[in-house]
Amino acid sequence: MISLRRVGAVCLRHLYTLKSGPVRLLEMAYWPTMQMILWGFISSFFTMHSSWLAQSAGALLAAMLLWDVLFRANLGVSVSFLEEMWARNLGHLFVSPLRPTEYLIALMTMSLMRTLIGIIPAAVLAVPFYSYNVFSMGLPLLVFFTCLMVTGWSLGIAICALILRFGLGAESLAWVVVFAFAPISGIYYPISVLPGWLQPLALAFPPAHVFEGMRAVLFDGVFVWGHLWAAIGLNILYLALAGGGFLLAFRGARRRGALLNHGE
Amino acid sequence: MTTPDSAPAIVVETLVKRYGAVAAVDGLTFTVAAGSTTALLGGNGAGKTTTLSMLLGVLEPTSGSVRIFGHDMRTDRQAVLPRMNFSSPYVDLPGRLTVRQNLTIYAHLYSLSHVRDRIARLAEDLEITAVLERPTGRLSAGQKTRVALAKALLNDPALLILDEPTASLDPDTGDWIRTYLEQYRARSGATIFLASHNMAEVERLCDSVLMMRGGVIHDRGAPADLLTRYGRESLEDVFLDIARNRRSAVEEPA
Repeated sequence: MISLRRVGAVCLRHLYTLKSGPVRLLEMAYWPTMQMILWGFISSFFTMHSSWLAQSAGALLAAMLLWDVLFRANLGVSVSFLEEMWARNLGHLFVSPLRPTEYLIALMTMSLMRTLIGIIPAAVLAVPFYSYNVFSMGLPLLVFFTCLMVTGWSLGIAICALILRFGLGAESLAWVVVFAFAPISGIYYPISVLPGWLQPLALAFPPAHVFEGMRAVLFDGVFVWGHLWAAIGLNILYLALAGGGFLLAFRGARRRGALLNHGE
Repeated sequence: MTTPDSAPAIVVETLVKRYGAVAAVDGLTFTVAAGSTTALLGGNGAGKTTTLSMLLGVLEPTSGSVRIFGHDMRTDRQAVLPRMNFSSPYVDLPGRLTVRQNLTIYAHLYSLSHVRDRIARLAEDLEITAVLERPTGRLSAGQKTRVALAKALLNDPALLILDEPTASLDPDTGDWIRTYLEQYRARSGATIFLASHNMAEVERLCDSVLMMRGGVIHDRGAPADLLTRYGRESLEDVFLDIARNRRSAVEEPA
């Protein structure tokens, strides 16, 4: 049975780490804020010079903020896991009654906290800076946010599985893998821009549906349910695959004895 | 010393761990009586850490079984993990966190009640109250060992597994730790299973010794019995006889 107390204990471990290094908190908010400022100016320029974008002044900012949700959600899982590896603490954790599934739930909870810490300041600052309130999207924003969080968790958990399998030599995956999906996610352009052969691949990835859905809300004022169901279905599939992959990698680490002495 | 109970705390049967063609542990069979202190001795690469890892359930055996308090560690480790704990100088606690934070996290992982009181009591017992608010990574080796022991004793384990509990400690601190372990066992009736390279420590603490070489148990018995059997005055000489394969026991091991 899942113990919320043990899940909470792992979260507490990472909250203590954040508390011990306030610079980390600043860093979390720093990149989304910098991105927001950069894309805010680009957005302002485009809205003055592009009739298409002028229809929805906040499209680029909303896209940037939502892409950062995916990026931070992935990083929130994988960096929390890496912190355990760097501290060489996995051995202690897994000789305690902590179950791997409880550990994954804790990583996802920490990912949510880290993402909110990073994204909320940037989203709030966009209001005075560019008179753009991403929260005005309303309920669809919550839906898009949730879908991208889950995709980020799946990616992060899959990366943790790879790090568990290949050791700290694979740690850079935490930062780079997500960008491989950026071109086919349709963050700043519709999927129809992609070559025909690439479009089915893009639509097999939940963010493509989220960003298409976002543009439909912002440009046409409609919520396309088909995109939502597709994103939810794909997210369930990928989260199950990533979770299964992690448990397999965990079992492999137990077989190799890598839990007590993981390193480069 | 307490008298060991008759029911075994640990039952290991034909335990094997292979990495490819190499057998790190090759058919170990032994039992450890509840309430006893047992040492696993052997040179580097003898298979001690592999054996400890399998006892803890963090390493899956290739074949054979480990049962702790009657629970199979392959299929039922969750039932027994709350009753055991572990300390090793080679597995760290997060160094950035304070001692109190680390102990609090592990107290919650073991679902303990009265966490603050328990930590305060342990800190007093282990003389680490003064360092509770310091980052664990900035402690001396002796302080880190005490903190690791505090973590290992948080849940009052019925089975305490220790990997080289006094490695790299000065004689005074090492003696302090050994005395504490003796008192803990006398007070709680816990079973202690330790790997060590310190033969004086083993002679002082242990009721029984398992001597490993090349992944198998080469000999076993009470320290005094081993001395008699090998005709030696110290366990260190017995260890060297076995490690260097230079002398057999005078009589066959029991």
